[in-house]
Amino acid sequence: MFIIKINITLKDSVLDPQGQTVLRTLHDQGKENITDVRVGKYIEVKVKTEDQSIAEKHAKELCESILVNQVIETFRYSVEKL
Amino acid sequence: MKVSVITFPGSNCDKDIGTILEKEYSAQVQFVWHKEQIPDKVDLVVLPGGFSFGDYLRCGAMAKYSEAMKSVYEHAKRGGMILGICNGFQILTESGLLPGALLHNRSLKYICKDVTLLPNLTNKLSKNIAQKELIIPIAHGEGAFFAESETLERIENEGQVVFRYASNPNGSLNDIAGICDTTGKIIGMMPHPERAINPYTSHLDGRVIFDAIFANM
Repeated sequence: MFIIKINITLKDSVLDPQGQTVLRTLHDQGKENITDVRVGKYIEVKVKTEDQSIAEKHAKELCESILVNQVIETFRYSVEKL
Repeated sequence: MKVSVITFPGSNCDKDIGTILEKEYSAQVQFVWHKEQIPDKVDLVVLPGGFSFGDYLRCGAMAKYSEAMKSVYEHAKRGGMILGICNGFQILTESGLLPGALLHNRSLKYICKDVTLLPNLTNKLSKNIAQKELIIPIAHGEGAFFAESETLERIENEGQVVFRYASNPNGSLNDIAGICDTTGKIIGMMPHPERAINPYTSHLDGRVIFDAIFANM
């Protein structure tokens, strides 16, 4: 069994109103040295296989097909044996 | 006119648009469940408003893989007409049938109100609309149109913008409320023209939009 841990964030060119709202709140709290906040998604996918290359293949395919919209988002992932 | 209206789990404007097309345009309307395929010879496919698959992950992300959509892609390849309203527009961008994406409204609020739309005079569908302004309701949380600058420039240069907001409610780039492909056969818009055609709902400008779209059929 493998676990795929996927982090998805909006591209730098896409305005993130959630991140901007959090940033304003942090500034209101006096944390003026915080310059930016980007809010993203974290997804875990478990794959039943003993072959790491199959899990890796799934990870890439899942991200590119459904989990990520590459018009607006970027992603990175790790594959770990459970 | 033969019409297939696709019903996804969570669609909630399918009956509205189907009823309007039946009653106002004498269309033969068939509601197609997402697990079924559309018939071979339909003139128009409608992807209705709502919250397909609960809007989980991203609006329209799951719907694009449904069995019904496989047949809609074949319909598109044949040059068939497709109209996506609200969630339907989101499904069209998610599936790549239209460029760009719909982001969370800039305010992060769900917005439900009447807005003023400006037909784009360089667009093949809306250039013949005589009215300078159309009052149409919007109801969405994720309606801010986004495309990378190169794509946006191409959309503008090709005259693919169908309508703009007179007063931008959601942060859409270039005030875009609706676009079409270069042929004018695949149309996506966030506003709901099907909610502005019955005298009981006060505004009637939806008819102008449907007339302009169907003139290109």
